[in-house]
Amino acid sequence: MEKQEFTITVYTENSIGMIGRITGIFSRRKINIESLNTSPSEVEGIHRFTILISESEEVVRKLCRQIEKQVEVLKAYFNTNEELIWQEQALYKVPADVIAEKAYVERLLRQYGANVVVIRNDYIVFETAGHREEIDRLTEELGKYNLIEFVRGARIAIIKDSAGFHAKIKQFEREEPGQEIVENEFLDQRDDVFTM
Amino acid sequence: MSTLEKTETLQAKTIAANTQISGSQAVLEALIHEGVDTVFGYPGGAIMPIYDALYDYNEKLTHILVRHEQGGIHAAQGYARTSGRVGVAFATSGPGATNLVTGLADAMIDSNPVVCITGQVFASLLGTDAFQETDVVNITTPITKWNYQVTDANEIPSVLAKAFYIAQTGRPGPVLIDITKNAQIQLFDYEGYEKCNHIRSYRPTPIIRKEYVEEAAKLINSAKKPFVLFGQGIILGKAEQEFKRFIEKGGFPSAATVMGLSALETEHPLHVGMLGMHGNYAPNVMTNECDVLIAVGMRFDDRVTGRLDKYAKQAKVVHLDIDPAEIDKNVKTTVPVWGDCKETLPMLTALLDKVDHSEWLQQFRELEKEEVKEVIFDELNPTSDIMTMGEVIKELNELTGGNAVIVTDVGQHQMVTCRYANFKQSKSNVTSGGLGTMGFGLPAAIGAWYGAPDRDVIAIIGDGGIQMTIQELGTIMQFGAKVKILILNNEFLGMVRQWQQLFNDRRYSFVNITSPDFVAVAKGYYIDGAKVCERKDLKGALKTMLEHDGSYLLEVMVGKENNVFPMVAQGTSVSEIRLK
Ligand SMILES: Cc1ncc(C[n+]2csc(CCOP(=O)(O)OP(=O)(O)O)c2C)c(N)n1
Repeated sequence: MEKQEFTITVYTENSIGMIGRITGIFSRRKINIESLNTSPSEVEGIHRFTILISESEEVVRKLCRQIEKQVEVLKAYFNTNEELIWQEQALYKVPADVIAEKAYVERLLRQYGANVVVIRNDYIVFETAGHREEIDRLTEELGKYNLIEFVRGARIAIIKDSAGFHAKIKQFEREEPGQEIVENEFLDQRDDVFTM
Repeated sequence: MSTLEKTETLQAKTIAANTQISGSQAVLEALIHEGVDTVFGYPGGAIMPIYDALYDYNEKLTHILVRHEQGGIHAAQGYARTSGRVGVAFATSGPGATNLVTGLADAMIDSNPVVCITGQVFASLLGTDAFQETDVVNITTPITKWNYQVTDANEIPSVLAKAFYIAQTGRPGPVLIDITKNAQIQLFDYEGYEKCNHIRSYRPTPIIRKEYVEEAAKLINSAKKPFVLFGQGIILGKAEQEFKRFIEKGGFPSAATVMGLSALETEHPLHVGMLGMHGNYAPNVMTNECDVLIAVGMRFDDRVTGRLDKYAKQAKVVHLDIDPAEIDKNVKTTVPVWGDCKETLPMLTALLDKVDHSEWLQQFRELEKEEVKEVIFDELNPTSDIMTMGEVIKELNELTGGNAVIVTDVGQHQMVTCRYANFKQSKSNVTSGGLGTMGFGLPAAIGAWYGAPDRDVIAIIGDGGIQMTIQELGTIMQFGAKVKILILNNEFLGMVRQWQQLFNDRRYSFVNITSPDFVAVAKGYYIDGAKVCERKDLKGALKTMLEHDGSYLLEVMVGKENNVFPMVAQGTSVSEIRLK
């Protein structure tokens, strides 16, 4: 199976050491994490990891099972780019005189929807958010004009089809959970599965 | 005992709620509430408050002072394996904790329920490179099912309750709780102990999907050549009876993994032997002949499957396992049956047609005859003066009647024992399967005896492996575990030598190992023993060992360059198994 970008979304308890536990599952298998973001989720007290990797679907499915095996992990989902709304944020520090003198640069920034964050005599800091390719293009352009500093944040993503974790967490809290949280991808793919 | 009586004795033994106690006392209270009777441990600076509290628990808890922390955790594993309960080990911080690492890795891969308590430096010193400080939680994260560092005594009751719950539910595994010294000393308002039975982020047993069970039954009922592989999951799930009913109704030939041995008695008519690299001929060959492969509580380890792309490609696969991550991990499953096999097996059995597969079973027996002719007969009835490991096990079987607990170390003697030992009851085979840890045998046997003190416990160990943890003879000397130690001495690191002979042109590189006078060493520990060099003395010596009241060491000199066959060489298919 071919490698492609997958975004893994993990809901976890907010406990110390979770990043290490989860990244260890990847590093042990010599799988590179392209970006990793941790943040609160829509449910209070539950953390959300967003992990971007490039691997085959089979590998990603197995990884998610291993992730879910961790005691403090509630659920791990994986999605292709088409199934997601996703963004990455970037910050650029550009010399102030370049902006003042080169109209092209200003136009460029406007064209990419960059917003000013800080203005100083010596430099200006801009911010953009979008898909990686746009950010990469802008970075490349600005590189020609003495870009002083650049940083890009990890991917964050919303799953188009997800109804969020509010209902799920109630299931998890029950001692006898219903079927809902014990999703089983085999069932969704019955036709493929029960033959070999 | 009735439940009422049990509650009353527990009350008499434990501290009432709403009392001020120390963190250390809370640790020991937790153990009592969890029904722990034996702890294997070794003290040191950072765990001294717990040991101080232990001084007053003499009558409620047996503490076995091992000679090395690795011995402590292997003993806890052995205890868990024969008792079916959680094994407990104590160690101090730093080197005490790092000495647990091999045992944790071993317990993790072999799914042993073990709880380790380690002392840690004062919370105020964490991260300062304090004396005997190591980052135990990070070191042990990939080799524990769960671990946690406690810095406040108030957390101790609930954290230990979680630890015991996690260690023994679902797919069992080791849990490590690291407790800073301040928390051990700290007095707090004890609110009593409450066992844990739910953690919201932890689903120990997946919900059983009936439609899968039905689908599996359909597939199995349609099979002409069904073949069952069973692993330790049967033993861990306490599902031996359910399993037997399942295979008996379907008439399925069934083969064990190393870890599954003893789940079904060796002499059961449907038991067709052991799988894997040094397993039996028939089950390995038939894996590539069957039409439906039914795997129960096993994980398709590479030592079982050999070359994966030539493994059971013709078969449809039904896989019953409690751990969803095992499904499809190595072998593609046609129908997965997630769940505890104690529940899924009866559901499946109910849907089975009663079919006669005796002709198919007979094919296994035919292949077995070939193996007997080519390998087994000579191994068990050697014609030369040189003794074989196999004949020692055969004699042992006759004397024990298959009722003993057999503990092995790692190497040729382990494979020979697993191949030839007769098991009449479950929880009788204690060995390091997944990690292959030399040095496991002796300490695990000590723990195995505490877990089943009424049974004969025989540790079968190589001349190499015994020297890795030989110091545990001191533990036997001091506390009197009645372990019989049987050293099969081939004057080589035999298994590595075998590989060097077969695959490295007999270039014997550092496999020649010399030994001390083992009987004299045992004597130094006040343990009786004997050495046998000739066949005529073997039976008598084994008898003396078994009848001896107390621990005993018997060294048997066996052929130096004997090999274990059959063998599925690495990188080859199970059906390419070599008989010589
Ligand atoms: C801790 C550890 N180190 C090394 C090995 C590799 N190894 C596997 S079997 C073996 C030889 C064991 O020799 P011995 O204990 O004499 O048993 P025999 O094979 O001769 O029965 C070795 C070195 C291991 N399994 N475990």
